[in-house]
Amino acid sequence: MLRLEPRPQASKAMVYLSPLLALLLTLVSGFLIFMLLGVNAGEALYAFFIQPVSDSYGVSELLVKAVPLVLIGVGLAVGFRANVWNIGAEGQLAMGAVFAGGLAIWVPTDSGGWVLPLMMVLGVLGGMFWAAIPALLRTRYNANEILTSLMLSYVALLFLSYLVHGPWRDPDGFNFPESKLFDDFATLPLLLEGTRLHLGLLLTLVIVAGVWVMLARTLVGFQVRVVGASPRAAQFAGFRERALVWFALLLSGALAGLAGMIEVSGPIGQLVPQVSPGYGFTAIIVAFVGRLHPLGVTIAGVLLALSYLGGENLQIVMGLPQAVTGVFQGMLLFYLLACDVLIQYRVRVGRPRVAGGEL
Amino acid sequence: MGNRVKQWLGVLSAMMLLTGAAQAETKVGFIYVGPVGDHGWSYRHDKGRQAIEAALGEQVKTSYVESVKEGPDAERVIRQLAASGHELIFTTSFGFMNPTLKVAKRFPKVKFEHATGYKRSANVSTYAARFYEGRYVVGTVAGRMTQSNVIGYVASFPIPEVVRGINATIRAARAVNPDAVIKVVWVNSWYDPGKEADAAKTLIDQGADVILQHTDSPAPLQVAEQRGVWGVGQASDMVSFAPKAQLTAIIDNWDEYYVARTEAVINGNWKSGDTWGGIQSGMVDFAAWNEAIPAEVVAEAEQIKSDIANGKLHPFQGPVVNQAGEVVVPEGERMSDQALLGMNFYVEGVEGSLPK
Repeated sequence: MLRLEPRPQASKAMVYLSPLLALLLTLVSGFLIFMLLGVNAGEALYAFFIQPVSDSYGVSELLVKAVPLVLIGVGLAVGFRANVWNIGAEGQLAMGAVFAGGLAIWVPTDSGGWVLPLMMVLGVLGGMFWAAIPALLRTRYNANEILTSLMLSYVALLFLSYLVHGPWRDPDGFNFPESKLFDDFATLPLLLEGTRLHLGLLLTLVIVAGVWVMLARTLVGFQVRVVGASPRAAQFAGFRERALVWFALLLSGALAGLAGMIEVSGPIGQLVPQVSPGYGFTAIIVAFVGRLHPLGVTIAGVLLALSYLGGENLQIVMGLPQAVTGVFQGMLLFYLLACDVLIQYRVRVGRPRVAGGEL
Repeated sequence: MGNRVKQWLGVLSAMMLLTGAAQAETKVGFIYVGPVGDHGWSYRHDKGRQAIEAALGEQVKTSYVESVKEGPDAERVIRQLAASGHELIFTTSFGFMNPTLKVAKRFPKVKFEHATGYKRSANVSTYAARFYEGRYVVGTVAGRMTQSNVIGYVASFPIPEVVRGINATIRAARAVNPDAVIKVVWVNSWYDPGKEADAAKTLIDQGADVILQHTDSPAPLQVAEQRGVWGVGQASDMVSFAPKAQLTAIIDNWDEYYVARTEAVINGNWKSGDTWGGIQSGMVDFAAWNEAIPAEVVAEAEQIKSDIANGKLHPFQGPVVNQAGEVVVPEGERMSDQALLGMNFYVEGVEGSLPK
């Protein structure tokens, strides 16, 4: 008989092993599902996981897709560690896109190289501004930031929609809801000619490293970790909770806003009603799959990006439905949560050995 | 000597061409904005894809990617289709326009067909259907069937295509029922069954007893069925979702166009162009009339349908009057295609103001 027994101490090894175990279980289950669907399971797994990144163009696309997920995810992870639940990154991303895109539309067409850096600053400010509202409501009125940040997302998305349907609509665009295409000086330079891989990748790598150092080496990083591990200990230590709430929300807002700027000035190249296909929400999953650790978040972001590319390729190559992508993502999360039990518990075979044990 | 080599080379290349033509099947790719199971827009495009397979069999191989978000994802998917040997690619949503053009520039030998857009190039064609003709026929029936004189309209995005549909509907309704008005709810999505259903409920609560929709799911029609009001199917025959409520449905029919364009690629005579087909060309079709509609109303609608088809009637025949009461198109004139494509005002009879 199998049973679960609490470990005296959380297993360090399992913290790292459980995502791998989850991935393995996902692969095995995927194999079985493909077999049940009557398709060549090996070929399908190849089409899903390997083929999309089998050439340099595929890798570049993977990175393009992963950049916003990692960037937002790493900011959220800091907040989640400090028990600050920013669910509204999608809205902060939209506001970053609005602030940055507004400049790109507003400047004359003969502007110079100063536009792009200013767009980055504005993108960051846009995201911070939108995250500051839940921070203020939380610290001043004790309003739950899960609700306020989530609901403000819809406000931001509708604001963006209003702008591209109205004042910022392309005058030559037959009234279709999108802005004019950004000029060259307002688009991110490409890292590799012939691909869409843009400067945003380098920014993301630098930021991930920065956040890692911040968490590991600085006082504020220490405070974030302590609050996450034991809120009461943090209270006794005299950490100011308010300051941490502000810090976590502003940081995650800033990175989401920057992601919005990167998307509109990179792969999209204009403002459209829907700047992001839900990156702000997917990044929540990325943060948790990545164990709220910058390196983990990066791996998780790439993995999730791969699941989108793989899903598309599976449709093209094998004619399998798009739902397969959802099934794979769902299985991965399900197994991850299930395997996490093994961090606190271990599996034992047979009856409990504790003397006098009932049950 | 040189001549002989040339001859041999000629024969050799001809043989290669022949064997190549005999073996190669033409790959045709599709990208859809919704799931193929939406029973509306994407569903009908997928029917068109199946029509290609049925008509051309061994000569073609088709593939599709569904539920592709309009945005950076679209460019990646279109490129993936182009890079994997598809010679003809249909991109079936307005938001795929700029990505289609970007990819087309990189793959000059691949032919692209973009639905409902306005930007073209040497290897990008555009095509759309004059759905406003269908709306005009349906609007006549709605004007006759409504008792509250309020028609409800679940709309997606305030782009000319959708505004045209609303205006055509109310013009037709008021031609037979001058008291009719139309109320519009915008859901800012092409496919969101939850929002679409909520919009339909709101409209019914505001007195609408005929629900029309320019969104892709059967949800508004299902609400109409539950609440005992009339509805009109969108893009495909949705009668199985609302056997009592569906008056008819405006059916998108891409089959002939898709087959013709694929044949053109196979025969090597594909040319970039713009196609805007209507009732006449069969792109706009209708489901069977609901048996509850009085025979004289059906006869009237059929008459209008054939009048539009043979050009006797134009849904935007002057006078066209906007909400403010100004004459936009004077009597005796017809609105030009150019003006139709950029339509951004409501005609009289539409309640509320157009989001801008």
